[in-house]
Amino acid sequence: MSPAPLLSVRDLRVGFATEGGLLQAVDGINFDVRPGEVLAIVGESGSGKSVTAQTIMGLTRSKNARIEGSVMLDGVELVEAPDAELRRLRGDRIGMVFQDPMTSFNPVYRLSKQIGEAMAAHRDDLSKQDMHARAVELFEAVGIPDAARRVDDYPHEFSGGMRQRAMIAMALALEPELLIADEPTTALDVTIQAQILELLGQLNRDRQLATILITHDLGVVAEVADRVLVMYAGRVVEEGSLDEIFYDPQHPYTWGLLGSLTRLDRPRPKRLPQISGTPPSLLDLPTGCSFRPRCPHEFAKCTELPALEERTAESPRHCDRCWLSSEQKREKRQVGGQIGLEAPA
Amino acid sequence: MAFDPRPEAAVPAGAPGGALPTAPEGVSASDRGPWYLAYKRFVRNRVAVAFLGLFILIIVFVLAAPVWATHVAHTGPNETHTLEKLHVGGEIREVVTPEGKPIGPQLFGAGGKFFLGADSRLGRDEMVRLMYGGRTSLFIGIVSGLITTIAAVILGLLAGYYKGWVDAIIARTLDVLWSLPVLLFGIALGVSLAVGGLKIGPLELSGGSIWVPILVISIFTVPYVARPIRGEVLALGQKEFVEAAIAQGAGSGRVMFGEILPNLASTIIVFFALNIANNMLFEAALSFLGAGVQPPNSSWGTMISIGEELLTTQPLLAIIPGVMILLTVLSLNIVGDGLRDALDPRAKVRLEAHAGMVEKEGTAV
Amino acid sequence: MARFIVRRLVGMVFVLFVVSLIVFLIFNVIPNSPPAQRLAGKNATPVLVKSIEEEWGFDDSLPQQYLTMMKKVFTGELIQYSPRVPVDERIVEGIPATLSLSIGAAIIWLFFGLVLGYYSALRAGGKLDKFLTGLSIAGISIPVFLLAPVLIYFLAEKLKIFPNGFYVPLTEDPWEWFTHLVLPWFTVAILSIGFYSRVLRSNMLDVMNEDYVRTARAKGLSERQVMLRHVLRNSLIPIITLFGLDFGATVAGTAIITETLFNIEGVGLYAAESIAKLELPPIMGVTLYGAFFVVFINALVDIAYAYLDPRVRLGTSAQ
Ligand SMILES: Nc1ncnc2c1ncn2[C@@H]1O[C@H](COP(=O)(O)OP(=O)(O)OP(=O)(O)O)[C@@H](O)[C@H]1O
Ligand code: SF4
Ligand SMILES: [Mg+2]
Repeated sequence: MSPAPLLSVRDLRVGFATEGGLLQAVDGINFDVRPGEVLAIVGESGSGKSVTAQTIMGLTRSKNARIEGSVMLDGVELVEAPDAELRRLRGDRIGMVFQDPMTSFNPVYRLSKQIGEAMAAHRDDLSKQDMHARAVELFEAVGIPDAARRVDDYPHEFSGGMRQRAMIAMALALEPELLIADEPTTALDVTIQAQILELLGQLNRDRQLATILITHDLGVVAEVADRVLVMYAGRVVEEGSLDEIFYDPQHPYTWGLLGSLTRLDRPRPKRLPQISGTPPSLLDLPTGCSFRPRCPHEFAKCTELPALEERTAESPRHCDRCWLSSEQKREKRQVGGQIGLEAPA
Repeated sequence: MAFDPRPEAAVPAGAPGGALPTAPEGVSASDRGPWYLAYKRFVRNRVAVAFLGLFILIIVFVLAAPVWATHVAHTGPNETHTLEKLHVGGEIREVVTPEGKPIGPQLFGAGGKFFLGADSRLGRDEMVRLMYGGRTSLFIGIVSGLITTIAAVILGLLAGYYKGWVDAIIARTLDVLWSLPVLLFGIALGVSLAVGGLKIGPLELSGGSIWVPILVISIFTVPYVARPIRGEVLALGQKEFVEAAIAQGAGSGRVMFGEILPNLASTIIVFFALNIANNMLFEAALSFLGAGVQPPNSSWGTMISIGEELLTTQPLLAIIPGVMILLTVLSLNIVGDGLRDALDPRAKVRLEAHAGMVEKEGTAV
Repeated sequence: MARFIVRRLVGMVFVLFVVSLIVFLIFNVIPNSPPAQRLAGKNATPVLVKSIEEEWGFDDSLPQQYLTMMKKVFTGELIQYSPRVPVDERIVEGIPATLSLSIGAAIIWLFFGLVLGYYSALRAGGKLDKFLTGLSIAGISIPVFLLAPVLIYFLAEKLKIFPNGFYVPLTEDPWEWFTHLVLPWFTVAILSIGFYSRVLRSNMLDVMNEDYVRTARAKGLSERQVMLRHVLRNSLIPIITLFGLDFGATVAGTAIITETLFNIEGVGLYAAESIAKLELPPIMGVTLYGAFFVVFINALVDIAYAYLDPRVRLGTSAQ
């Protein structure tokens, strides 16, 4: 069996007090990440992916945030942990990479200084020279050419892709056990995206790094993920291994994501349009299945909230939240000879 | 700061925003239009409404000057009463003592004469001068505010619309003017014109004319309004409705005045209010130093400089006109701020969101 | 950086030229009376007017007149005519007092403005925040010539806590220098404290929403480090420009009024006395030197800005 999970998230709920009432950004999600495993979290904008990731590190804590449930890192509870203890974990045992490499570095400091700062925050035995040497090493590890010279550049002297590599280098500075990458490729060109994903995959293999990869693009997932979590309006609507999600998707929302994907293994013009409609307001969720307003397959039962559970006999850890029977799913997900979500009537 | 012509100085957070918030098309939730909404928002701002009331009171006060002068004080602003005596409740008092000390405030003790006392050894009625001086100060502030705003709008429109070399020339010139020490140059031009007068074509001004300070103030405050307007015109030029108008073959005049100008309305209104406030401080500073309103005319600024000499014995002579300036300028600044919040609620929302309160959910429906 | 400085200095020389042209126009071209008459002052004799006319070459072409004027100003030949004193001499005499006043006031407003702004940003929406909003709007509305008389009357005349005005040179008696300047310093500074704290506060609140601040937290920096090294550091950059403009405007502007009110014998008081007498040569000198000082400060500020923000220095845009 696989090793014990490094990170266990149980029934995590994150709400924010807003003018319009309590906004439940994350509503009871569960997952595990093991060393050397890549967990992908996929979903449209606003589905709660970033809030989930940031809550793990305690970055969503604030006066108007309500955080419930449990986040265990290596047996230590983080939701209840004092701020100072969380701070010690950030950057040291958990590294984070953000979406926009253009704005995620402070423009006024040299990269070597910003990377050094991450090390100095946790180690006081490192000299300036040590930190500089380590920064160069890290730059080499993430494939930045001419590392020794470029490490003293300012962020704006780097291209987007190189900056994201620098970001990854910084996140790895103290050899964390868990790496959270929140849409690390969204802001980049397609070719650069592939390079960054390859880098993440390689780091994950070489260092047995547990990785959470957040994205709204299932295409990105296909390259590196072991397991996939599909989120919709703050809840997980389907969870399974990469193959299960790609070849036997159970939830209509996942079908929609797959159908609108550009894939090389398919005849070209077959791409389906994006899922029609917009995600519901988190302040005013529909009763029952939250995908109901956009789901062409909705039926009477859907006004009750389906539980996230195993609904296929053959694959035990493949769960979803849809009332349709397995047979109905297998039939309805076929649109024009491929998996997809048909347009609403 | 004696005065600060930067209109953005009033509330550092968030420059006055662009177009009026318009209701989404086809939505008839509020068919009264954006101006009505802005009006509602303004009226809800108690402080701003109170200070608007104060400003109107001040206007009424200075407009009543001739009435007070003829029916209560029985004297004019420049009439001297050096050797006269006053009956106060059976007592007889000198308006100016032999040592040159002017009489203090009598309120209605002398039937309203010398209500606030006499101004100096010249024995002029302080109250009458305060009312007439206020007229001058407000007139200069408002007229120069108008001139500044109109000039700034035209320059901003030309620069922002034509771009290229027109913009280069206008923007550069504004930059240089903007970086100059305004008060110093205001003084230089003010004194120079006060001594020499002005004659450009048909326009002829004598040194003592109150149009001299008006002109000086207008010239030097233009950049503070024109620069932000230019920026906004540049931004508006990128908007679809402007591009659409150009594509439909609308002439440049049509586009500038028909399409862009209406969208500047809220900015212009806010800047106009703040600009009058700044110009009044500017005028007071010039006049206080003797580079603005020239005698025998009076303004609140000249009254302070006369009163200053008697600060130790009769501090009110300097303080009362100072307080009048403060109240006027304060009310204009607060009203200007209130207008900004009412016309551009986004600026306010940003502030509140910052203030750690609550952020409205981002998803638009 | 060197290239940036050179470019900025070339720009500065151009602006200096434009400014000197404006001064020339203001004094010698725009007004409507014979220039020699104006320069001579109110009670001038025809002989004096005649000699001034020759001295300044008012019959020459305008460019020639411009050169003559510049030559006079910068070789110390600019003279006030009643009594005949070189303008330079009076200006140089006044500089220590004017700089003592302006620099002291600037330090005070910057210090209090930044400290209060920093704390009000940490507790946005709190009591301090409301107070500073009020102070800021009052600060831009209160004229110095109201605040100063009130403070002088109560603190100097009535309570006698502070001496009433006048300047004691630092070299003569440092303690007296200090006590005489405290009231003027605070008079000038108070009006700017609210404004600066509001600007810093709003800059900080903007910066707090920046992605790189989140990155700093994610690295495990303490809240204090995040605030000081990332939020405060980046929020101060735009303040530099503001400070440059305000410091220039204080030396070459507000000081004229403040020195008059407190009887501080600096350049400003000299200018104010000349204004009251409508005497032009000193005003000409003060304006030109003042403007040059301001242009120079602005160039310095831009260089400091570039030093603090590498994006400007290296030629990419600031935002
Ligand atoms: N601090 C906060 N206060 C109030 N609401 C918040 C806060 N942070 C996030 N939200 C809300 O929570 C919801 C989920 O946001 P989240 O950033 O997790 O989405 P996401 O899935 O990461 O989307 P994206 O693809 O746009 O990054 C959004 O509706 C957002 O407005
Ligand atoms: S539960 Fe009903 S509405 Fe929800 S996805 Fe399944 S079929 Fe559609
Ligand atoms: Mg996100």
